[in-house]
Amino acid sequence: MTLVNKTAVLEIRDLRTSYFTEGGEVKAVDGISLNVPKGKTLGIVGESGSGKSIMALSILRLIFNPGRIVAGELLYNGADLLKKSEKQMRSIRGNNISMIFQEPMTSLNPVYTVGEQIAEVYQIHENMNKKQAMSKAVDMLRLVGIPSPEKRVHQYPFELSGGMRQRIMIAIALACNPDVLIADEPTTALDVTIQAQILELIKDLQQKLHMSVIIITHDLGVVAETCDDVAVMYCGKVVEYADVRTLFTAPKHPYTVGLLNSLPRHDVDKEELEAIKGSVPSPFELPEGCRFAPRCPHAAKICFEQLPELNKLEDRSQVRCWIYTDKWGQQPEVNRTP
Amino acid sequence: MKTELLNVKHLKQHFPIKGGFLGRIVNHVKAVDDISFTIYEGETVSIVGESGCGKSTTGRAIMRLDEPTSGEIIFEGSNLLALNKRQMNKKRKDLQIIFQDPYASLNPRQTAGEILEEAMEIQNVVPKSKRRHRVIELLETVGLAAYQADRYPHEFSGGQRQRIGIARALSVNPKLIICDEAVSALDVSIQAQVLNLLKRLQREFKLTYLFISHDLGVVRHISDRIIVMYVGRIVEVADKTSLFEHPQHPYTRALLSAIPVLDPDRKKERIILKGDVPSPIDPPPGCVFHTRCPYATDRCKEEIPQLRTAEGAAGGHQAACHYMEEIQNGSMERAYS
Amino acid sequence: MFQYIIRRLLQTIPVIIGVTIIVFLLMHLIPGDAAQVIVGEGVPQEQVDQIRENLGLNEPIPVQYFNYIGGLLQGDLGDSIRSSRPITDEIFTSRFWITMELAVYSTILAVFLGLTAGIISAVKRNSAADVGIMIIALFGLSMPNFWLGLILIQYFAVDLGWFRPSGWGTWSQNVLPVITLGTGGAAIIARMTRSSMLEVIGQDYIRTARAKGVRERVVIYRHALKNAMIPVITVIGLEFGGFLGGAVLTETVFAVNGMGRYVIDSIRARDFPVVQGTVLVLSLMFVFVNLLVDISYRYFNKRIDLN
Repeated sequence: MTLVNKTAVLEIRDLRTSYFTEGGEVKAVDGISLNVPKGKTLGIVGESGSGKSIMALSILRLIFNPGRIVAGELLYNGADLLKKSEKQMRSIRGNNISMIFQEPMTSLNPVYTVGEQIAEVYQIHENMNKKQAMSKAVDMLRLVGIPSPEKRVHQYPFELSGGMRQRIMIAIALACNPDVLIADEPTTALDVTIQAQILELIKDLQQKLHMSVIIITHDLGVVAETCDDVAVMYCGKVVEYADVRTLFTAPKHPYTVGLLNSLPRHDVDKEELEAIKGSVPSPFELPEGCRFAPRCPHAAKICFEQLPELNKLEDRSQVRCWIYTDKWGQQPEVNRTP
Repeated sequence: MKTELLNVKHLKQHFPIKGGFLGRIVNHVKAVDDISFTIYEGETVSIVGESGCGKSTTGRAIMRLDEPTSGEIIFEGSNLLALNKRQMNKKRKDLQIIFQDPYASLNPRQTAGEILEEAMEIQNVVPKSKRRHRVIELLETVGLAAYQADRYPHEFSGGQRQRIGIARALSVNPKLIICDEAVSALDVSIQAQVLNLLKRLQREFKLTYLFISHDLGVVRHISDRIIVMYVGRIVEVADKTSLFEHPQHPYTRALLSAIPVLDPDRKKERIILKGDVPSPIDPPPGCVFHTRCPYATDRCKEEIPQLRTAEGAAGGHQAACHYMEEIQNGSMERAYS
Repeated sequence: MFQYIIRRLLQTIPVIIGVTIIVFLLMHLIPGDAAQVIVGEGVPQEQVDQIRENLGLNEPIPVQYFNYIGGLLQGDLGDSIRSSRPITDEIFTSRFWITMELAVYSTILAVFLGLTAGIISAVKRNSAADVGIMIIALFGLSMPNFWLGLILIQYFAVDLGWFRPSGWGTWSQNVLPVITLGTGGAAIIARMTRSSMLEVIGQDYIRTARAKGVRERVVIYRHALKNAMIPVITVIGLEFGGFLGGAVLTETVFAVNGMGRYVIDSIRARDFPVVQGTVLVLSLMFVFVNLLVDISYRYFNKRIDLN
């Protein structure tokens, strides 16, 4: 197994997004290159502060002051999104590339009915009048599995449960049959039985509508269940990029391994969790060399001095770690506990 | 021999809903509806369930942060609900609670040291002259450094703040600590540190935990016994291994099957429940789970199942379902899958 | 909705009763003998007794109150001591309407200016326009309106001669008092709108709207403004009430013959029944406007349905 080798519908090349604050420049996304293969799912994993959500918003160019996309290319069907005008970009948002967010409770406008909010997408992108758009909204509600859609379409968000609202968000995002769906922590705020429903729904609709999905999450379980390729992010950089099976069976970066080992499991008993020591560094005081070095159990001198490149390995996965280079003498045991 | 520390009997917590012309009480949110359970000294019991199942309400009711509607909460032989306010405040020395959001539960204008000293002062556990010394001892116990005593909550990271919350709970030498989603807001790598800390403290100080969480991975890791709640009722109680290996109640089965596993190759059989959790305002009659249960029959719609031990299940493993045996031996048909 | 309006109306009844009690007690809070105070010093005792008898001050207080309420229910606010005419006639022939016009125009001005400035400030946050608007708003807020009135008269009426300095009724008479009264309110509404808009613009659903491809102008006016209006509406309601009170000064400065000036004159003349009557009418207006605010809330905030 290797990274999905399929035409990329979206290619992210050396994307850099920074926030210019009083404390200085925060490189939230610091040179990221990824491919979103057609019809497949790319997972982006990381903890808070890894820059994963900002990277997602950058794809739609929804970065506002004091943030700015500083450099990079976003090739969507070969054309660079960063070179498009704001008007062209608007016709892509919600139409060709859509996004759903973590908090279904707050992501819907409280003063409009869910029907109006879905219909708006058709009014913007397909020039429909309100009546046509509302009837399409009912169809969308049915598609995302909302019971009695004719009635629900006239309800306000507060009248619906969290799971229902996330279905509404999905209906809004998929209304115009996009090529790419970006799902930013789509199930984090939901209960586990509802999470299962929503993930199933996304997978199901992905097949039906032949779209690519980018799932951004901190939950490795969600990644294992839904993704084809996975990128692990830490402090604005990709530290490991591999297909899902390679990532879970042969994780390489000590951070990835640390994440897997520190996770309490519902299917295995562990006496002590192997926690990663310390905490994510402040974005104003990033370490000189490898950003994970201060927390890494294997860190050597070079790790504190030089930032490693994202190297391609034999199994075609990519790792940003000195251990996997010829500058490293002896390879230590970097293993996932069973 | 195990000693009972806490015994909750027929606890009910119904919150009134007001409405109508004159603000009459029109209905109740039956957040907790007649639950009973026991916690023994030195063990960790977890309550798991989804939002609105009443798990946090139970924790708050035990602490009497909300006054329960009825029931008994026997702590070391005396009923907490029969105590007056002053007696209860004194009792709170033995019962402490840690909340999910460490930032919201720490006074932003107090330093870590002041927060801990105040806790000691309220319960008067350490003479004034020795409090400073004890603060430093506590900080070191929870993995913080002495110099951090003079810092304010906003100067700490989320994980460190939760450590302060733990130190505050420890400062009065409690017997029972209720952890209400105490690690839910933390990143995985930090969560592991805090879980390890809680386990270590339990060994060192012989603590008893009531751990309230929605995260089954965390619950498996920390608990000895587990209570599963659904819409205000207990649907299953068992020791950890028995619950995870041989879940009896169809809700527990669905819950366990819904958790994503860390192995892309293992496609496990997943039970995806239809619909949403019913509202605790008008919980379904009979078994509260019958609206979503793939096995539900007419009997489930009418008769409330009592907690009982299924034939062949481990001792102490109880669940509230009419058809555990039939589901186990495969003679029940699923209405959907 | 209908049920809600009925309920809100019922809820105002105790408020109105409270208002009448307080207004009624005004007469009894005057230190010493009310009748004596009204007629002043050096008047024969018989005349004082006569006034006392006319005002019914010899009855026990509860009886007096019920007589008062009985009068109110028939639209009788008592008679003015100065003119001996019914106060209802004195107020509602023209004065009430003049004050209402002044307050309504000022509210319209304040809402229009305040909302526009607040929205611009919020959308162009930290820009020169934002800073400028907020500085002007601070001036508007801290300037006493009688002083502003005097400055406006001096500059626009006396020096430039664009408007007439006094009276009410024609366009050139109305402009200056409305500006005088409306400015402070506009400043408050602008600040409120700004902070409310900023909060709403940071909300997740605004991000959702942008991610749908909605144009920025539509994001602001359709998605943000309706949510941001919820706290602003309250302020507008309070401002309207404030204008009724502010009318006292403004009407005096511009010699407008409305309720405000009538109150002042009556206080000077110790015509307490008139003071009582005007205060009652103004208070009831205030209660009524707040009722309207509460009802309009429902239009903006659907969630109130649940509570």
